[in-house]
Amino acid sequence: MTPTASSLADATSSDAALRRFLHGLPGVDQVGAEQRAAALATRSIKTTAKEFAIDLAIRMVDLTTLEGQDTPGKVRALSAKAMRPDPADPSCPAVAAVCVYPDLVAVAKETLAGSEVKVASVATAFPSGRSAMAVKLADVRSAVDAGADEVDMVIDRGAFLSGRYLEVFEEIVAVKAECGEGAHLKVIFETGELQTFDNIRRVSWLAMLAGADFIKTSTGKVVPAATMPGTLVMLEAVRDFREATGQMVGVKPAGGIRASKEAIRYLVMVNEVAGPDWLDPDWFRFGASSLLNDLLMQRTKTRTGRYSGPDYFTLD
Amino acid sequence: MTPPEVTRIDVRKTYKLYIGGAFPRSESGRSYVVADAKGRFLANASQASRKDARDAVKAARAAFGGWSGRTAYNRGQVVYRIAEVLEGRRAQLEAEVRDATGLTPARARGKVDAAIDRLVWYAGWADKIAQVTGGANPVAGPYFNHSAPEPTGVVAVIAPDDPLLGLVSVLGPVLTTGNTVVLLASEPAPLPAVTLSEVMATADVPGGVVNVLTGSRAEVAPWLASHMDVNGLDLTGVDDPVLARTLEASAADNLKRVRRPRAEDFADAPGIDRMTGFLETKTVWHPMGI
Repeated sequence: MTPTASSLADATSSDAALRRFLHGLPGVDQVGAEQRAAALATRSIKTTAKEFAIDLAIRMVDLTTLEGQDTPGKVRALSAKAMRPDPADPSCPAVAAVCVYPDLVAVAKETLAGSEVKVASVATAFPSGRSAMAVKLADVRSAVDAGADEVDMVIDRGAFLSGRYLEVFEEIVAVKAECGEGAHLKVIFETGELQTFDNIRRVSWLAMLAGADFIKTSTGKVVPAATMPGTLVMLEAVRDFREATGQMVGVKPAGGIRASKEAIRYLVMVNEVAGPDWLDPDWFRFGASSLLNDLLMQRTKTRTGRYSGPDYFTLD
Repeated sequence: MTPPEVTRIDVRKTYKLYIGGAFPRSESGRSYVVADAKGRFLANASQASRKDARDAVKAARAAFGGWSGRTAYNRGQVVYRIAEVLEGRRAQLEAEVRDATGLTPARARGKVDAAIDRLVWYAGWADKIAQVTGGANPVAGPYFNHSAPEPTGVVAVIAPDDPLLGLVSVLGPVLTTGNTVVLLASEPAPLPAVTLSEVMATADVPGGVVNVLTGSRAEVAPWLASHMDVNGLDLTGVDDPVLARTLEASAADNLKRVRRPRAEDFADAPGIDRMTGFLETKTVWHPMGI
């Protein structure tokens, strides 16, 4: 049974109450979820609907670079691309945000000044999340101080898997407090490490109860990253959460989405599962880097009527 | 007691495309009837769509780095290997050439032999073309200046109707020099091209280096000609001058190298212009005496 507002009221009062609540969530039918995701992936999106979907997907991209080899120059180039993804076509929309490590937030912020593109920063000892609480909070603070509009935190998967739910909950609450009013909080679950769909549903509710503005599938450092069925479970959770509380929470699949076709399948799923309200960059994002080039190539194809090639777009 | 006579039912072959080292049917699910020289039904071949062409270009692009990066010597070995494996299929190829052209068995055999010899000839060129087209250039200055040929990239080849000799005569040179190929087989006689793709799949040619499409030239060729990720276009098999002209015009968008159709007899000595047509020349200035 889907939780109601009254059952949420004291769900987080103690570790036992939280466990009772999370384990009381209905189980996910794994075969059903996989089949539903596969069925939604067969929809054919063509012509004007495809053009709409491609532009929407571009506007939803969190253009990401999270490598040890990142340099200020690379972040500047990426930010320039974020503002104007296709220099040859001024009608091409900008992406939603640029996602970098905390030390490069200032560089991105400076390059993006005056544009609508937001700066997201990963924090809390990304990607493993294995560090002392004080270190994680300092990580968040440095990102927010540098001007990050959005903070992508990772949860402590070890604590979650060993059943210390309240610890995970309190960590998210603390990070949310550190973000303050200024920065949006995205909570990364790393679904590839959570083993079951039941766990994905539980952690989704846990994060939403703790005040997450967005729930995000993966860091992109673990395989499998975002999957259609995993995202489906999260979309169901945000839909049910709005039904129970009236609050909307965003969803961000990240990692492994490289083709426009795949992105459009996700959009179909968003529309069918969560609803058209989520078809907006404020409520749905793609964490990706190479996806953008494929979207641009598809966009060019629909505009010019001929296939485009990777030679005509920047490498990242 | 003798067992009752059982009539064996022939196992009919599905003629498929060859993309990225795999043998898919056309994405569109279509096929078309291939007739022999007398107009009798021969087989159903896959009718490739623009999306098959797109997939083929993608596979060819992905394979380009590996193929062009091999040593010329090794590329020659691989092309020679195709000839070796073809040699073992001479009977099948002879039958296919006979069906497609109506030639006598002896003449069809002659065509097959010439095609295999042609491949061996091109295989030999792999590590020699650089010496012929490149070399040291005399310059007025303290520099060592030299030019070296490099493959153009992904080349779309519209194969002529000469079912086997014409086919290897257009494929061999482009392949030997390190390009990767999207080949649109002869529209009326595609079966030897399908057989050749089966040979290549077992002859050490890496997947994606050669991709073979069968289907309508008028439908598929324009997509290859306008594709921005195709670097060269060989129009040998385009008989219709109007279509050739349109293809040439749409190839101009990204400055593809284009080889126009012209009257040629594939039995003649081929010369090297088919190889040099899809090579770029890189010239390097190297300071010396320092």
